[in-house]
Amino acid sequence: MKIGVLLKQVPASDARIKIADPSTGIDTADIKWEINPYDEYALEAALQLKDAKQASSVVVLTVGGADADQRIRDALARGADAAVRLDDPAFEGSDCLGIARILAAAAKAEGVELLLAGKQAIDGDNAQVPGMVAELLGWGNISVVDKLEFADGTVKAWRASGGGARDVVEASLPLVITCDKGLNEPRYASLKGIMMAKRKKIAVKGAADLGLDPSTVGAAAALVVEDNWSLPPERPAGRILEGDDATRVKELVRLLRDEAKVI
Amino acid sequence: MARYEGLDFYAIDKQLTDEERMVRDLVRNWVEDRVIPIIEQHCREGRFPMHLVPEIGEMGLLGMNLEGYGCAGMSNVAYGLACQELERGDSGIRSFVSVQGSLCMHPIHAFGSEEQRRRYLPEMATGKLIGCFGLTEPDYGSNPGGMVTKAVDDGDSYVLNGAKMWITNGSIADLAIVWAKLIPPGGTLADGRIHGFIVEKGDPGFSAPEMHGKHSLKASVTSELVFEDCRIPKDRILPGVSGLKGPFSCLNNARYGIAWGALGAAQACYWSAREYALSRTQFGKPIASFQLVQNKLAWMLREITKGQLLALQLGRMKDAGTMFPEQISLAKMNNVDIALQIARIARDIHGANGILDEYPVMRHMANLESVYTYEGTHDIHNLILGRWITGIPAFE
Repeated sequence: MKIGVLLKQVPASDARIKIADPSTGIDTADIKWEINPYDEYALEAALQLKDAKQASSVVVLTVGGADADQRIRDALARGADAAVRLDDPAFEGSDCLGIARILAAAAKAEGVELLLAGKQAIDGDNAQVPGMVAELLGWGNISVVDKLEFADGTVKAWRASGGGARDVVEASLPLVITCDKGLNEPRYASLKGIMMAKRKKIAVKGAADLGLDPSTVGAAAALVVEDNWSLPPERPAGRILEGDDATRVKELVRLLRDEAKVI
Repeated sequence: MARYEGLDFYAIDKQLTDEERMVRDLVRNWVEDRVIPIIEQHCREGRFPMHLVPEIGEMGLLGMNLEGYGCAGMSNVAYGLACQELERGDSGIRSFVSVQGSLCMHPIHAFGSEEQRRRYLPEMATGKLIGCFGLTEPDYGSNPGGMVTKAVDDGDSYVLNGAKMWITNGSIADLAIVWAKLIPPGGTLADGRIHGFIVEKGDPGFSAPEMHGKHSLKASVTSELVFEDCRIPKDRILPGVSGLKGPFSCLNNARYGIAWGALGAAQACYWSAREYALSRTQFGKPIASFQLVQNKLAWMLREITKGQLLALQLGRMKDAGTMFPEQISLAKMNNVDIALQIARIARDIHGANGILDEYPVMRHMANLESVYTYEGTHDIHNLILGRWITGIPAFE
C-alpha cells in the first residue's frame, strides 16, 4: 500500500502577522515557515505504518512554490520516500475546492490508496481540503482522528465526538484520514535522514502532467473570494480583582454573569 | 517568551547549504523541546540528563563528521552548527557530544585498528557506549607532555599506573581513551613515548570517581580516572599514532566545535538580555530604551556577528583541509572570551533577576568559566599565536 501525505507549509505559530494589502493578504516577507503541525501527525502516522511494514512507501503531496521545498525536504529527511510539489501558474489563487481538485488528481496519478492529512491547517483554519479530496475521489473520509489501527486493509479509527464521548469508526480502503493532536509523537529527523533526503527528488508537476483542466482550478474557478483582510481587534487588557478570596470570587461570578454574560 | 531564534545579522544563513541549515534547525528544535525545559532542574541537582543520550544518538550527532561505522559523515560546518545549538542549551550537553565525537570516536577512527573501529564506533555513534578522554593530570594541564601516567609492556598485556583529572563523562563512560607514556623495557619515565590506550569500564585496577562541588558545568559529569596496576590486553593500544600529536589531533577537533559552541551560549544570553530589556520597565519605560543598555546589546550583537564569521570561515577551511591549528586557537579563544563577557553583561542587564535560574544567563556564565580554561586555556591559546607570530615558543 502506498500512502500519500498532504503537507502544507504555514507561517510559524509564533510568527507576527502583518497585512500587506487588504485586498491580497498577509505580508510574507519576514515570515518563518513550518510544516503545518497537524500535518506532522499525518506524516508520522504514515511513517509508522511504513515502519510496521503495513505500507510500502510514503509520498508527500504539496501544493506550492519552490519556497515549500525546505519543508518537503524536512519530511523526506524524517523518512518519506518521495515528494510531488504541485506548481503551475494555473493554480494561482485557487480556493479550497481548487486545491482539493489538484490534490485529488495528484493522489490518483501517484496511485495511493490512503491519504493522511492534518485535521486543519493552522493558517486559514478552513479544515475543508481533505474532505473535498475524499469527495472528489469518491473515497471515504474519517476526520479528526487521534488513534488509529490498521490491519489487513481495514482501518479502525478513534475520534472525540464531544462531551467526552468517543466514536470508533471502521472503514476499508481507499480512504482519506485527517489527524489530530494525540495521534502520535512526531519524530525528529536524523542526520542520516538528512543525507538521504539530499538524494531524493522532489517532482514538480503542473495541470498538464495531472491531466487537469486548468479552468477548474485557480482564481478564475474560485467560488470563495478572499477580500478585505484585516487583523483581529486587539484584545483588551485583563483586569485583576482586589480583596480577599471571598470578595474576589463573588465579584468574578458577578462579572461573568452581568458583564460577560457567560453564566 | 517568544520562541528562540538565532542571531543572523550578517545573513550568514545564506552561506549555509540546505543540509547544514536542516541540521542546525533539527538540533535547535530538539534543544528547545528536550533540553530547555529540564536543564535548570538538572543543574540545580548537579545531574547529567542521561535520558537524552539515546535521543542524541538516534539523531546521529555522535561522531557526525566521521565517515562510515554508523557515523553520518556530515560536513564540519554542520558539526559546528550542531555544537552551537547544543551549547545554546547547555555547555554540559555540548561537552558530552564533543568528548564522545571529537575526543573518543575521532582517535579510534583515525588511529585505531580496523578491529577497534568495528568494535567501538557503531555503538558509540548510537550512544550505547559512552567514552571519555584522559589526558590532563592533577599536575599536568597546560603541559601535557610532562604527564606521569605510564604503561609498561608485560608480555600479553599492558599495565597502567597513574591518574587523570577533570575528565568529562568519566564516571558514566564505558571506555576511556587514555594517554600514557609507554616505557621501553628497562627504561624510565623519561624514555617513555606517549601512546593512546583504550581502557574499558571493569578492567582490573581502573576506577573513575566523580568530582563533586562544581559551580560550573553542573549538568555534566566530571571525574578522576585512577589506574592502579590496571591491566589491559595488548590489542587495546591505538596502533596508528605516538607522541603528543595523537591527543592534539583530538583536541583540535574538539576546540573547533567549542569555537561554535560558545556562540550558542552567547546567543542564548543575548536573546534573554534583549527580551528582558524590552519587558523590564524602570522610570516609566523599558530599560531597553536607555542608551547604556542599548550600548551593551549593540556590543553583544557586534561580537557575536564577528564570532560567527570566524567560526564559519574556520569550518570552511577545515572542510577544505586547509585549516591549521593556530587558526583554531584564535577562534576558540576569541569566541569563548566574548561569550563569557556577553554572559556577564547579560547578567548585569537582568539585574537581580539574572542570578535566578528562571533565566539562563548565570548558568551559561558559570559554564563558560570552565570553557574559558578547558581545551587549552585562554592564555595558552594566546601563546600558541605568539609562537606563530614570532617563531619563539614561550611555553616550553
